[in-house]
Amino acid sequence: MSEPSAPLWLLAELTYKCPLQCPYCSNPVDFAKSSGVELDTDQWIRVLREGRELGAAQLGLSGGEPIVRKDLELIVAEAHKLGYYTNLITSGIGMSTDRVASLKQAGLDHIQVSFQASSSELNNWIAGTDSFEHKIEMAKAVKANGFPMVLCFVTHRENIEQVDDILQLATRLDADYVELATTQYYGWAFLNRDVLMPTREQLTKAEAAVNRFRDEKINDAMKIFYVIPDYYEDRPKPCMSGWGSLFMLVTPDGTALPCHSARQLPGIEFPNVKDMSMGEIWKRSDAFNKFRGFDWMQEPCRSCSEKEKDFGGCRCQAYMLTGNAAATDPVCDKSPDRHIVDAAIEKSAVTTSAAKPMVFRNAKNSKILNDRLGPGSR
Amino acid sequence: MNTTAAELSKVPQLANGFRFQWEPAQDSHVILYPEGMKVLSGSAAEIMQLCDGTRSIEKIVAALEEKFPEAELQQDVLDFFAGAAQEGWINV
Ligand code: SF4
Ligand code: SF4
Repeated sequence: MSEPSAPLWLLAELTYKCPLQCPYCSNPVDFAKSSGVELDTDQWIRVLREGRELGAAQLGLSGGEPIVRKDLELIVAEAHKLGYYTNLITSGIGMSTDRVASLKQAGLDHIQVSFQASSSELNNWIAGTDSFEHKIEMAKAVKANGFPMVLCFVTHRENIEQVDDILQLATRLDADYVELATTQYYGWAFLNRDVLMPTREQLTKAEAAVNRFRDEKINDAMKIFYVIPDYYEDRPKPCMSGWGSLFMLVTPDGTALPCHSARQLPGIEFPNVKDMSMGEIWKRSDAFNKFRGFDWMQEPCRSCSEKEKDFGGCRCQAYMLTGNAAATDPVCDKSPDRHIVDAAIEKSAVTTSAAKPMVFRNAKNSKILNDRLGPGSR
Repeated sequence: MNTTAAELSKVPQLANGFRFQWEPAQDSHVILYPEGMKVLSGSAAEIMQLCDGTRSIEKIVAALEEKFPEAELQQDVLDFFAGAAQEGWINV
């Protein structure tokens, strides 16, 4: 087999600690089970150095909430020295104006601040904390320190009707980019899918609002990324541009993954950076080779003319919905399992949050769920 | 001043948040920006190596023509900067 391409994107999940409780968080539902032991500064620096040698150019620093790490500036400074373009992905909570400035000094290139909604009330309810005002403060500090700023709004049934307001808020805060990312159903979002999924009507309206904003050139300087939800599509997303193709994630405890939620896939042992070099993991490990290329595919993907376009979709989605990680992503209308996605859409349409309350992401719920799911259930 | 002369006197500069660097793994120069990367062609990289925020387009053309004396580069360089400005990573 030829050498794999370079992992252009390295995502370092520095910690699972987070003061927020977003019910769509992509962290594993059983995060509380992990011992809480995080890689230390030197271990992270070794990961960064080896990642860079492999050809990683973009570094995402996320979590949980990465600002919780007291050594964030040290990590950023090292990443900068190594030549990474460094992106901090933060909720803004736990951040202070001083730290924004010290991160700038350390060489951080860009900050993405997530908001839960454009109104304080809804934002604070979804985040599970009074965080809106502080986020606004921090977004201003980010701009005042000369950073390019992405504002990220994860959208779902509860906030998608705010798209106009969201774009206005982003304009007022002078965002360079705004990301409207429809919730993808992994981690906590999968658990809350029935009450997060927007209706088709809501999506159509949201899209129209985005187009109006663009057409009327209300703020041409601000780029809008509008990520549509794949459940309503008839082709899957080219997940991670293919397994082990461009993207590598290292979790707080050092487990290396080809995507956010791969750890739940059964029968795959994901290597840890404490035991193996990044190069070995990327090039030689069974886990990263598992779904590389096209040989692992089953029908209908195997003989499909579109397989180089979408790589058969998402392995985690295939597993979560069909129980078979090598199946065609059931979003695809060529999949014999498409009815599962349609049934999920239908079920969500008749489920209210009164009937099925939102489960918020916090350590308490994580422990309860972990107990309920039992050991070995991931 | 006619429009071409006006264009030539402008001083292009990388926009805030964009970085130009050599990437050994790509064997190319690239532009890095929030969550993305653009791999540059050899000729684009030659232009960008001269774009330092002090040189005017005219000076960049002159420097390139010194290096590649047989080429007629003015229009290509103007088009390159117009395209990059359109894409948002160069301010002119
Ligand atoms: S999605 Fe919300 S809860 Fe999860 S890490 Fe981000 S801010 Fe914290
Ligand atoms: S059958 Fe597989 S490869 Fe073909 S379009 Fe569907 S998901 Fe993509």
